[in-house]
Amino acid sequence: MGLRGEAAIVGIAELPAQRRQSGPARFTIEQYAHLARLVVEDAGVPASVVNGLVTHGVQESEMFAPATLSEYLGLPLDFGERVDLGGATAAGMVWRAAAAVELGVCDAVLCVVPGSSVLPQSARRPAAAPSWLGASSGRFGSPQAEFEIPYGNVGQNAPYAQIARRYAAEFGYDARATAKIAVDQRTNACAHPGAVFHGKPITVDDVLDSPVIADPIHLLEIVMRVQGGAAVLVANADVARRARHRPVWVRGFGEHIAFKTPTYAEDLVRTPIARAADRAFAMAGLDRSDVDMASIYDCYTITVLMSLEDAGFCAKGTGMSWVQEHDLTFRGDFPVNTAGGQLSFGQAGTAGGMHHVVDATRQLMGRAEAAQVAECHTAFVTGNGGIMSEQVALLLQGE
Amino acid sequence: MTDPRAAAVTEPRPLPEPTPVSQPFWDGLAEGRVMVQYSPSLAAYVFYPRLLAPGTLADDLEWREISGRGTLHTFTVAERPTAPPWADAVPQLLAVVEWDEGPRFSTELVDADPERLEVGMRVEPVFCPVPDAGVTLLRYRPVPETAPEAAQAG
Repeated sequence: MGLRGEAAIVGIAELPAQRRQSGPARFTIEQYAHLARLVVEDAGVPASVVNGLVTHGVQESEMFAPATLSEYLGLPLDFGERVDLGGATAAGMVWRAAAAVELGVCDAVLCVVPGSSVLPQSARRPAAAPSWLGASSGRFGSPQAEFEIPYGNVGQNAPYAQIARRYAAEFGYDARATAKIAVDQRTNACAHPGAVFHGKPITVDDVLDSPVIADPIHLLEIVMRVQGGAAVLVANADVARRARHRPVWVRGFGEHIAFKTPTYAEDLVRTPIARAADRAFAMAGLDRSDVDMASIYDCYTITVLMSLEDAGFCAKGTGMSWVQEHDLTFRGDFPVNTAGGQLSFGQAGTAGGMHHVVDATRQLMGRAEAAQVAECHTAFVTGNGGIMSEQVALLLQGE
Repeated sequence: MTDPRAAAVTEPRPLPEPTPVSQPFWDGLAEGRVMVQYSPSLAAYVFYPRLLAPGTLADDLEWREISGRGTLHTFTVAERPTAPPWADAVPQLLAVVEWDEGPRFSTELVDADPERLEVGMRVEPVFCPVPDAGVTLLRYRPVPETAPEAAQAG
């Protein structure tokens, strides 16, 4: 079962993270065009090789997203797909693109995630006020509208804090260990010029001195929203041979969706990435010890810690000490999120998930410059949507 | 990150609107009772209310009254409001309660000292009618300690 590893990421694009966008406001269809151009240029192939596209959706057109984009980009498609997996969308896009390529449905698939919320504003129709609902749905008939939101259980901070609390009750908690995750990733961001916190190192005490947002989570353990955007091009071996960079083959994947709201998780502290990672490693025929760098979805530090445990890099319940014993920087013995992750590169909306795919690919292509991990050939990538509710694992290899 | 405290504190708190399927749950709360669905073929209580049993899709859900008592499965003390309607409600004691009958319930704690909350502690229902809204919310509070030995047994 699974991929043969014959589809590769051949190009990457990632806009520098910005707190305040320096460029003009762009519609999302325009952001798609910009990122699509950047990624085919990066691959060194003509745009005309593209005959597949995976999208999260288009702000300007609620339905028919692939057709809208096909028309706007002027690229007829043999494969058009929409992925709705929150922070796991990008990783979910990559395996779907690889599967379509291996089936011979198409040759090259754009996986683009715009990340700028600065859109041109209509003079005639005022924009709706920004919603505070986050990942929750307030619509009539939504279980969250009826049973979660009325108690203030809304957004991401509180439910992730509840997960951390439960973890603490079952396994213990070391605030200095979760803080160290943020510190190591900040070190990585300081070696990556595109990161929003480039040039701003922090210490464990800085993290612990930052305000508690929802106990036990501190401000510096939460992602920073930025403006940006990211894309990859997934293609067959023929296109990969003609492309400019070392191809990064999609060797294995796993996907698991378990619930929407963690209240109803069967086990709050054993996350869906466990099953997804097992399937990815089995498909790729690789071991945990083969992994040279890990690009772990990091909306919160506790997400990284639990993902490393559940993906099998350390035993369940030992993550706190494991993190203290390992150097997670790009120079370390277990490099994680070598461009800073979303904690320190920044989270450009849903494009934050694509940051992890791009970071891993950049390393495997040997293009991480000051943050390059020596002898980096195999990478493990996770995507995480909702509140640890939908997760995707990828195994990528440069060759 | 925008500071939710800067937002107007007058934004109303969203209230639940019962659906045709969930109505018995809300009717129960109005009477001070916790009514939950049960699937005989699954031999399990089910929450939240559904049309068919989760997992089996069996068409055998029936309403039963439960005690409403349970344990604190997890919680957080939110020092910043989770959204503008709760700007004047911090700290929010957001909790997940596991009913003795099995299912978990998202709620908030009242009559509780945040410093003394512990995962696994016993909690009991507090029925909270919302004035003029025709709906009763179900909040929870720690079961008062009646004797020192009870506290140790907990």
